[in-house]
Amino acid sequence: MFEQLIQSIFQADFLFIIIRITAPILFAALAAVISEKAGVANIGLEGMMMITALFGFLFAYWTQSWIIGVLGAMFVGILLGLMMGFFSFKLKTDIILSGIAVNMLGAGGTIFLLNMFTGLRGNTGALVSPNILIPTIDIPLIDKIPILGEILSGHAILTYLAFIFVFLMRIFLYRTPLGLKIRAVGENPNAASSVGVSVIKMKYIAIAMSGALAGLGGAFMSMYYSQGWNQGMVAGRGFIALAAQAMGRGEPVGAMFSSLLFGLAQAMKTKVSGLRGMASYNYLIEMIPYVVTIVGLVFYAMSIKRKARKHQLRPIK
Amino acid sequence: MEAVHELVVRMEKITKIYPNGIAANRDVDFSVRKGEIHALIGENGAGKSTLMKILFGLEQPTDGAIYLNDERVNLSSPLEAISKGIGMVHQHFMLVPSLTVAENIVLGMAPKKGGLFIDYKEAVRLTREYSEKYNLFVEPDARVADIAVGMKQKVEILKALVRGAHVLILDEPTAVLTTQETVELFQELKNLREQGFTIIFISHKLKEIKELTDRITIMRAGRSVGVYDTDSITEQEISRLMVGRDVVLKMDKPEAVPGEHVLRVEDLHYVNEWGKKMLDGVSFSVRQGEIVGIAGVEGNGQRELVDILFGLKLPDSGDATVDGQSLIGLPQAQIRTLGVSYVPEDRMTFGIAQTANIQENMVSDRYRQKKFNKGPLFKMKSLNDESDRLIVDYAVLCKSRAQEVGMLSGGNIQKVVVAREFSSDPILIIADQPTRGIDVGATELIRNRLVDLSRAGAAVLLVSADLNEVMELSDNLIVMYNGQIAGYFDDGQWDDLMMGEYMLGLKRQSDDEIRRACHA
Repeated sequence: MFEQLIQSIFQADFLFIIIRITAPILFAALAAVISEKAGVANIGLEGMMMITALFGFLFAYWTQSWIIGVLGAMFVGILLGLMMGFFSFKLKTDIILSGIAVNMLGAGGTIFLLNMFTGLRGNTGALVSPNILIPTIDIPLIDKIPILGEILSGHAILTYLAFIFVFLMRIFLYRTPLGLKIRAVGENPNAASSVGVSVIKMKYIAIAMSGALAGLGGAFMSMYYSQGWNQGMVAGRGFIALAAQAMGRGEPVGAMFSSLLFGLAQAMKTKVSGLRGMASYNYLIEMIPYVVTIVGLVFYAMSIKRKARKHQLRPIK
Repeated sequence: MEAVHELVVRMEKITKIYPNGIAANRDVDFSVRKGEIHALIGENGAGKSTLMKILFGLEQPTDGAIYLNDERVNLSSPLEAISKGIGMVHQHFMLVPSLTVAENIVLGMAPKKGGLFIDYKEAVRLTREYSEKYNLFVEPDARVADIAVGMKQKVEILKALVRGAHVLILDEPTAVLTTQETVELFQELKNLREQGFTIIFISHKLKEIKELTDRITIMRAGRSVGVYDTDSITEQEISRLMVGRDVVLKMDKPEAVPGEHVLRVEDLHYVNEWGKKMLDGVSFSVRQGEIVGIAGVEGNGQRELVDILFGLKLPDSGDATVDGQSLIGLPQAQIRTLGVSYVPEDRMTFGIAQTANIQENMVSDRYRQKKFNKGPLFKMKSLNDESDRLIVDYAVLCKSRAQEVGMLSGGNIQKVVVAREFSSDPILIIADQPTRGIDVGATELIRNRLVDLSRAGAAVLLVSADLNEVMELSDNLIVMYNGQIAGYFDDGQWDDLMMGEYMLGLKRQSDDEIRRACHA
């Protein structure tokens, strides 16, 4: 059995799958990175992905254009981000609560919206057609290289975009005045406002960008990965992304590596459940990605656990 | 003579009354000449900070006018003050630790290249240019988190200069600096003065003021009590003007009859996070039936001493015992079990739970006791009786015991704290600024109770920045300066002038005299 597993792992298609599975997690992880940099905990990523996945698909179906679908998903993501911002920055609700609200909206509201717009229940299988799915591309030259070509070429456009965004995000945060202001606001809002940087404005910008990235992740799910929208499709990726953000120490590149780790765990799950004789362990196997997430977070927490600082007031016992 | 000098800042009849009725400034006139270093000195709560916050646009005056270069201005925000050439270096730095020095300096006004990106080289160049021009050495590429406090302060000064400040306000800049860093800072400030900058220097360290400044404005109780040329006034005179008393509330208290030792503090040492010695070999004792007061300008180690005594900090060395048992390292609940009560300085954080009600706050140290419990449930009747009794006993003005504590006035909140802390039969009461900022009635009640409790046999350690209070209440008095005991007085023969000299470091007793504080 293990031989089987090892054989199937040391194959080019396994690495291809990892990259494919990682992409939506990576979008969401970058969404978590940008909002966290501004000091905003966007716990609503899961719900944002569910809602944008639905709207991305619907926009694409109505216009029969995948590009409009993707842009529509980003637009809805931005609206959701601004809505969370409005509740938290303007009306002063706790950002965690407005995040939870968005998650509940994603869980319940999407089914209702789907039914309202299409009359369908549960999933959009009936509406899928090739031209509303995100196309894949073969990369010239690389696709000719054995093994490497198999791994890197033939992915969806959005998959490449996810990895390109890692470096764009890094440049944005560290090389532009806006990125500098966002980081300053997240770390010491008093310092930022003392030199005239608007704390609220930076937070709105960050959570809107976060929403747009979650929209890309959502569109990827419904318009490529699952080839249609169904309930429960996001399956905790929004939360896994929050873990990836934390494990990546809030940095884009770090978040990419931890997203890849979670992608690996998901791919393993697929592989293991495909093995002969594993059917009865189905539910156990389903747990793999989530267990990896928890174990990863524990190791992360242990690695950054600093010695209790002497100069802080001791906790009251 | 006055007309010869150009006044860059002129504040006239500034009055600031906060919504809660506390008057922080009353009819204060304050003016600064171009190119001078002007000291603003006064005790804690004298109104220096409020006055400077008004000048920097952080607070709006209730009344009065501000003129900058003879032009009347309305400073509604720090941004406006900055644009008019005023810069402030806060005691707590306004810096972003993970950014580099250069990034901090250009934050909010970053130079761009290609329309989109930060021109980091230009930011570094700008930093270097100002750094060299004004002799303020900083490392532009270093992350602020990694640099020493002295350099952080220079970054703050540069931030103000880069934004075009020509008047710099420094709020107790030397409080966080080592001796060497202080020497450097003074040299840099003198350089800035030579280049035509005007500096307002807030401090209560007389030696520094004598060394550095040209003129002094002395504040007391929200008013300016005079402006002097630094050369024309002695340290003793400054001290007298600073602490001089207006009214004396005389307390009639029975003679203390000290009994056994309760609290013994032995050779405490504590170095703070910036490497500054905050406690440097402090030893004393408090006996049954006496009130030992600790006087001193804030920041001379009293804060750290109290935190250590109530288990909020651990000392580097030394010991503190109550009835022979060491407090060091004990959790607060156990310290309380030993019979220690604590009236914290910051009552809103450590004294009460704001959103809980009066009853809950009053019984929060004793709800576990047997008489308040029956199985898993409270005996509500006994809890109600207990809190009603305390409310009457301590004259807490409230609608009922179910009222939220946060809604009460400062004085009544403090009465709730004191009712709890004084009613648990303590053998030692640590009272840290017990009457700060509260009304006369509550103050009187708290002071009388402290005396009553001590005469009934409790040991009382009273820490207060209010000189009147410690002088009136204490049977014996310790003055702290620079982390050490500068004087110990047990004869009741003290006055404010003498205290001032010890508090400000002009005088220190001999080691033998100080050792008497241990009552060995």
